[in-house]
Amino acid sequence: MKALHKLIEERVKPNFTGDGKLKRFWVVFDALETFLFTPGHTTAKGVHVRDGIDLKRTMFLVILAMVPALLFGTWNIGHQYYLSLGDITTADPWNAMLLDKLLVGAIKVVPLIVVSYATGLGIEFVIAGINGHAINEGFLVSGMLIPLIMPVDVPLWMVAVATAFAVIIAKEVFGGTGMNILNVALTARAFLFFAYPKQMSGEIWIHDVMASKTGGVLADGYTGATALGHLANTVGQPVGGEVSSGVMSMFADGGMFSLMNCFIGLIPGSVAETSALAALIGAAILIWTGIGSWRIISSFIVGGLVMGVIFNALALNAYMTIGPVHQIVMGGFMFGAVFMATDPVSAAQTSTGKWVYGFLGGFFSIMIRVFNPAYPEGVMMAILFMNVMAPTIDHYVVEANVRRREKRLSAAIA
Amino acid sequence: MPLHLLLWTTLCGPGIPIGADGTLGSTFAAQIQHVKSDMPSPVTIRKGLDIRLKGGVQGASHTLPPSDRFSIHPTDFHSLIPRMAAKAGTQVKAGEVLFTDKKHPEVKFVSAISGNVQEPVRGEKRRILRVDVLAEGEGSVEHESLDPTNPDAEAVRSALLDRGFWPMLRQRPFDVMPAPDSTPRDIFVSGFDSAPLAPKASMVMEGRMDAFRAGCAYLNALLADGRKVQLGVEAGDDTFASVVEADLTPFSGPHPAGNVGVHIHEVRPMNKGQVVWTVGMQDVANIGEGLMGGTYVCKRTIGLTGSRSQPALLQTTIGTPMAHIVKDRVLLEDTRVISGNVLTGSVRGEAGGLGYFDQQVTCIPEGHEPLFFLTKGWLGPGFDKFSASRAFPTWLMPKGKQYDLNTNNNGEERAFVVSGQYDAVFPFDIYPVQLIKSIMVGDIDRMEKLGIYEVAPEDFALCEYVCTSKMAVQDIVRKGLDQMIEEFA
Repeated sequence: MKALHKLIEERVKPNFTGDGKLKRFWVVFDALETFLFTPGHTTAKGVHVRDGIDLKRTMFLVILAMVPALLFGTWNIGHQYYLSLGDITTADPWNAMLLDKLLVGAIKVVPLIVVSYATGLGIEFVIAGINGHAINEGFLVSGMLIPLIMPVDVPLWMVAVATAFAVIIAKEVFGGTGMNILNVALTARAFLFFAYPKQMSGEIWIHDVMASKTGGVLADGYTGATALGHLANTVGQPVGGEVSSGVMSMFADGGMFSLMNCFIGLIPGSVAETSALAALIGAAILIWTGIGSWRIISSFIVGGLVMGVIFNALALNAYMTIGPVHQIVMGGFMFGAVFMATDPVSAAQTSTGKWVYGFLGGFFSIMIRVFNPAYPEGVMMAILFMNVMAPTIDHYVVEANVRRREKRLSAAIA
Repeated sequence: MPLHLLLWTTLCGPGIPIGADGTLGSTFAAQIQHVKSDMPSPVTIRKGLDIRLKGGVQGASHTLPPSDRFSIHPTDFHSLIPRMAAKAGTQVKAGEVLFTDKKHPEVKFVSAISGNVQEPVRGEKRRILRVDVLAEGEGSVEHESLDPTNPDAEAVRSALLDRGFWPMLRQRPFDVMPAPDSTPRDIFVSGFDSAPLAPKASMVMEGRMDAFRAGCAYLNALLADGRKVQLGVEAGDDTFASVVEADLTPFSGPHPAGNVGVHIHEVRPMNKGQVVWTVGMQDVANIGEGLMGGTYVCKRTIGLTGSRSQPALLQTTIGTPMAHIVKDRVLLEDTRVISGNVLTGSVRGEAGGLGYFDQQVTCIPEGHEPLFFLTKGWLGPGFDKFSASRAFPTWLMPKGKQYDLNTNNNGEERAFVVSGQYDAVFPFDIYPVQLIKSIMVGDIDRMEKLGIYEVAPEDFALCEYVCTSKMAVQDIVRKGLDQMIEEFA
């Protein structure tokens, strides 16, 4: 590897430094070189030894934690596609069409990832070039999260616009990596949600479901709506009424949205959000490596369960009668708890604050989704709201510390 | 019987009898019993980190032959502006003044050896970086001996100032040398060093307990309301069990359990407007021996440590040239020789002397090599890396595994992203990140509210070590303290 490093230093680097032809692309070169080789920089002042950890490894481990959700999501796109065509039935999800399903999924997912990274990193490179600073690794995670929370059939240009909006408005305007108030990936999703409401609802959750419908090849009774979409229809309807009973039958054992199907993720939804199981595997990786906050993940889940129990007790409509565990394994709740709420920059920073932040995030996620059927995906709204509230939560935690100190002082004077 | 023991016996009278062989008599043994049963249960420090490095020191100490040079760095005393008192080329005796503090001329810095004063080594703006004395001749400045049984406060204060012991004192807030008229609320001494590879108290204090006790007695004279020196000791270590002149509090747990700042915080936290002095344990013994005997004493037993050295415990003095210490004991090629520990120590340069407050020299390899990402770099397995983060396998390794860390930064400086990392190694009831941010924006009021009076840069050394974003945390804290000093000047 010494030879490779020598080659880069002697042959490639001069093009990017001094009067080199490509000096405007120094940032790109620097990012790639430091990707390949941790520089031989030594500690200058302060501590003489440094921990092995750096931002690259941290970010890489987060991406690694997303892989189960990504793989399952890719498979599930194909699975839902063949379900919608009636080629397979819900009764036999593990039939042999593994490669076909993955292929269908990959055709949808790979372009999403490419567009997200190309747009986001492109903007990051340009801004880093203008400001003359090194590229932060933060977008490596955001750029993977964005495609994972997109509806399957979202037009690629919309992904590009949303990514650009999120990177510029949510992040760079505030000063770049580490300075953003809102989670970047969720901002991209929220942008699409509010800027293109028409395109972001309806038949976009399953690959080509629109075409199947118009072509008349859609399986009988298959609507292509998500679990939360179905449940939203029960709001305002009497419990046990015709509409409610019809929807609720899908959530019973053996129904399309049974607890087990929701937990494993055999339901329509955004690319990688459907599987609570895959998200929990990611959570295990994040907690095991200490990179994701176990405080936030666990309190987020508890918050959702508590709200679910309260709704069960009220039981004013069919939606409220869904069991708390069933509630939290549907939609993007688990994915949000594990990968979105734990974003250390936009979450609360103090340990006590993390408990409060996580709990309220989970609590509001379920509350918004049930109370406001116009926003079936309450998790996105709840986490963005808690992002805004996080500094306030931290403020009160820190102020309590300040007051302790003031109390000690007045005791000392007295 | 050694001179200081003889003096002790003469001065203390029958209260603390010492046998003819220098061992403690029966009355004193009874006192030890008494002290032991009185010892409070240990304060357990839970947040922290022991960085397990190779090259710890073991075994008995041996005396380093005297060096031909004494080198004192005025830069060891933060914000000190020295004013030379001895001209270059003149002859000084041991204990004679070399320079004084420009702001407080009463504070004197003296030579440890007799010899010829050299032209000061200067840096930018003619700032004095180092003053050397080349050994020549004999003799030392003799002062009156001070009675440690019932010392007079003013006599002790002026003795500390005149005889060159004052610079051994440090003060919180601001982590600077106290002003000559400063009256401390408490004096804290840490009876153990928990920093990586630091020698044990039982090693560096061997044979110095009587001097230490006398030192405590002198320092107690400077405290009001009959208060005593507060001594934090390592739980289970009975080196200081005989010290009735101080209030002992045992501490257990990982580094920084031995940091004096942690002891202050746990025993009697500082408030705004209060001043606490801190003194190193070896310097307490130096003060005790020096004031009792009437000469300047600046002994240092240091651990020569680190993977690039042949670890040894060496008895020497403050200001010994580093070259003299490492000679024939350290593999110097591509090695960083640090005066102090790997967290807070300093590099003294080829001709520099041992740091004034250091009781350790650490020699570790430099880390100039670029690291390929899949093998040794950020995506490698990382068995050779010691990490507080569980992103590396350190936490799965046996607890006894020791690491040969080098000076590589292990990544580039980045925006602040990861939260909760500093808190895990910072055992104060202070929010480190919030305090650091208030320093970075220069918000004096906020710094005060968040507890800047209680801390010194060394308390943040572990935060700096674990930082994913590779921030210079200690430097930031130092700047914050400087802003506070300026504000109150």
